[in-house]
Amino acid sequence: MDVGLLDKLMNLVGELVLARNQIVQYMQKVDDHSLVVASQRLNLITTELQEGVMKTRMQPIGNIWSKFPRTVRDLAMSCGKQVRIEMDGKETELDKTIVEAIKDPLTHLVRNAVDHGIELPEKRAAAGKSVEGLLHLRAYHEGGQVNIEISDDGAGLDIEKIRKKAQQRGLLRPEQASVLTEREAANLIFLPGLSTAEKVSSVSGRGVGMDVVKTNIEKIGGTVDVQSKPGQGTTVRMKIPLTLAIIPALIVTSGEDRYAIPQVSLLELVRLEGEHARKGIEMLSGAPVHRLRGELLPLVYLKRELNNGAGDAFELKSAAEHRETASVNIVVLQAEDRQFGLVVDEINDTEEIVVKPLSKQMKSIDTFAGATIMGDGCVALILDVMGLAQRANVVGENRERAGSAREAATTSKGNEKCAMLLLQCGDEGRMAMELSLVARLEEFKADSIETAGEQQVVQYRGEIMPLVRVSEVLRLGRHSEAQDRSGMTQVVVYSKDGRRVGLVVDRILDIVEESVALQQPGKREGLFGSAVIQQRVTDLLDVHSLIRTAIPDFFESQLAREER
Amino acid sequence: MAVSAQQFCTFCIDRQYFAVPVQSVQEVIRYQEMTRVPLVPAVIRGLINLRGQIVVAYDLRRRLGYPDWAEAQKPMNVVVRADGETVSLLVDEIGDVIEVDESCAEQPPETLRAEMRELVQGVYKQKDQLLLVLDTERTVTGAALECK
Repeated sequence: MDVGLLDKLMNLVGELVLARNQIVQYMQKVDDHSLVVASQRLNLITTELQEGVMKTRMQPIGNIWSKFPRTVRDLAMSCGKQVRIEMDGKETELDKTIVEAIKDPLTHLVRNAVDHGIELPEKRAAAGKSVEGLLHLRAYHEGGQVNIEISDDGAGLDIEKIRKKAQQRGLLRPEQASVLTEREAANLIFLPGLSTAEKVSSVSGRGVGMDVVKTNIEKIGGTVDVQSKPGQGTTVRMKIPLTLAIIPALIVTSGEDRYAIPQVSLLELVRLEGEHARKGIEMLSGAPVHRLRGELLPLVYLKRELNNGAGDAFELKSAAEHRETASVNIVVLQAEDRQFGLVVDEINDTEEIVVKPLSKQMKSIDTFAGATIMGDGCVALILDVMGLAQRANVVGENRERAGSAREAATTSKGNEKCAMLLLQCGDEGRMAMELSLVARLEEFKADSIETAGEQQVVQYRGEIMPLVRVSEVLRLGRHSEAQDRSGMTQVVVYSKDGRRVGLVVDRILDIVEESVALQQPGKREGLFGSAVIQQRVTDLLDVHSLIRTAIPDFFESQLAREER
Repeated sequence: MAVSAQQFCTFCIDRQYFAVPVQSVQEVIRYQEMTRVPLVPAVIRGLINLRGQIVVAYDLRRRLGYPDWAEAQKPMNVVVRADGETVSLLVDEIGDVIEVDESCAEQPPETLRAEMRELVQGVYKQKDQLLLVLDTERTVTGAALECK
């Protein structure tokens, strides 16, 4: 059936529902029995009609899958491969618009799996696998969403190659690459400009496909994730909303306006009353937070975010308001991997809302995802949780994950204050490292330091902990042995996934909380560069690269262990 | 001559007569409840529910640089199709649909306010008044509507 016609029917039913609502409201004032009965019938029929029309929009995913056997056969033939395709859950239904939207991404993934995933027959035979590769498509409902999996039993992703490629393309810095988990590294394939294919073919290798797949899936509110086991295959998993047209939403009030928040990003509702309302919100130098079960939850005031420029006036008011109001309503929301609390005036109800797109002129405001018509005929705006979080700076500007988020954590010392540990290495070397990287500060007697192989080690908590002398690695000139012998050796313990390493420094100076602006970037391995801390020039230690310089396999071996 | 005559839907703002080509007008409705939209330029007054369709209402007073309406004054909606979408223009009062001869059209004078000159397509000399014809496309686009 024609989608345009369906859309029109859907709109007409929407209008009918609104007319019905008005009649039902009017009926409460009328005393005519037969009219009341007629309106009740109208009410029931409209509801059924609405459900029926909604159903006509649902389509089995098999409609798009039915083309795949041919695609796979043709492609396999041209690559000289043998591929069998299996499908589960063909009858899983999705909204028509969504089916249209996932058609191209799915086709791309299927082609990818055949072209890159599944190996040539002789290679498969050599690896002890059946000559015929298997491509498995699976779709099923789960918690109001549809999961779609595309898995192959091919060679799997070459994680190392992806890491290397990502570094070559400048999408990732070496020290970031080393701390990525395998799963994070696999998901790098969704970054634009990354392709591990050796040669560009008519099918793939241009490095555009996967990021387009991701953008298209995210555009319809879905997520996509890839998992891979070397030698056993790759699985791409998508989570797709059932429908775009009607979604469950929470209705909240801010001032005199009502807003709808899509239920998918809703985690929980918190209401603080009386004493808690006054004490439950604490200020971190102007940034309100709430302790939710011991964890700090940044708070965003909806009123302030939507108050368009009049922010300062609001701030004063809100502080005063807190003291007076008896209760605070917090809607805990999830934006990407962050949580934040949205403070609203009132929490009304949950409702199934019909999503209508905003007009062109308002599309550029990413705080709103659309608008809807409420039961009483008024229009309410639908909040875009991600856009709101960005507006309130809860999440970074950049939507891209993996690389950039990490980058923000390690290099954006420019604006935010962070706690730094000040150290002295060598005679004059004043250094600083992020306090968050410090597991413990320890002192060891100089004679407890032993040597295993070439490596200086110390017995620590029943383990042998390797020691790295910072001043030696950075070649700051040897510090005097006498100092060592006379007293204790100061060690900063760094720990990663159960493995520890001790950084030997000459003195722990201080812990400061300061916003650090990197001024002279990286002149040497192991250093980020220099910055001014407490009015003195201080070198910023790049702990990861420092450790890697001294113990090349520290991060590697941890990776290897993970694989096992 | 039928060829050179054009039909316009007229309305008035602050006692001045304006008009838009009648072909671009979908309907004219009385005051509707509006939902305020935060973070958008002041020219966008809000969203109205036009029988299930959500329509953006543009405040022509603000767009043309007139002072705002008094609290009690309820603007009317001229629903037009512009820039591929249905939008509502908020005006003081609705006038008649009139037929105007092309021969009495003139370019808007240079002395007109800048906001007005941007939108006014032409001035039509009527017997007892002047009719300013607006370009509907330009009323809903242009720099004044750039979102921050």
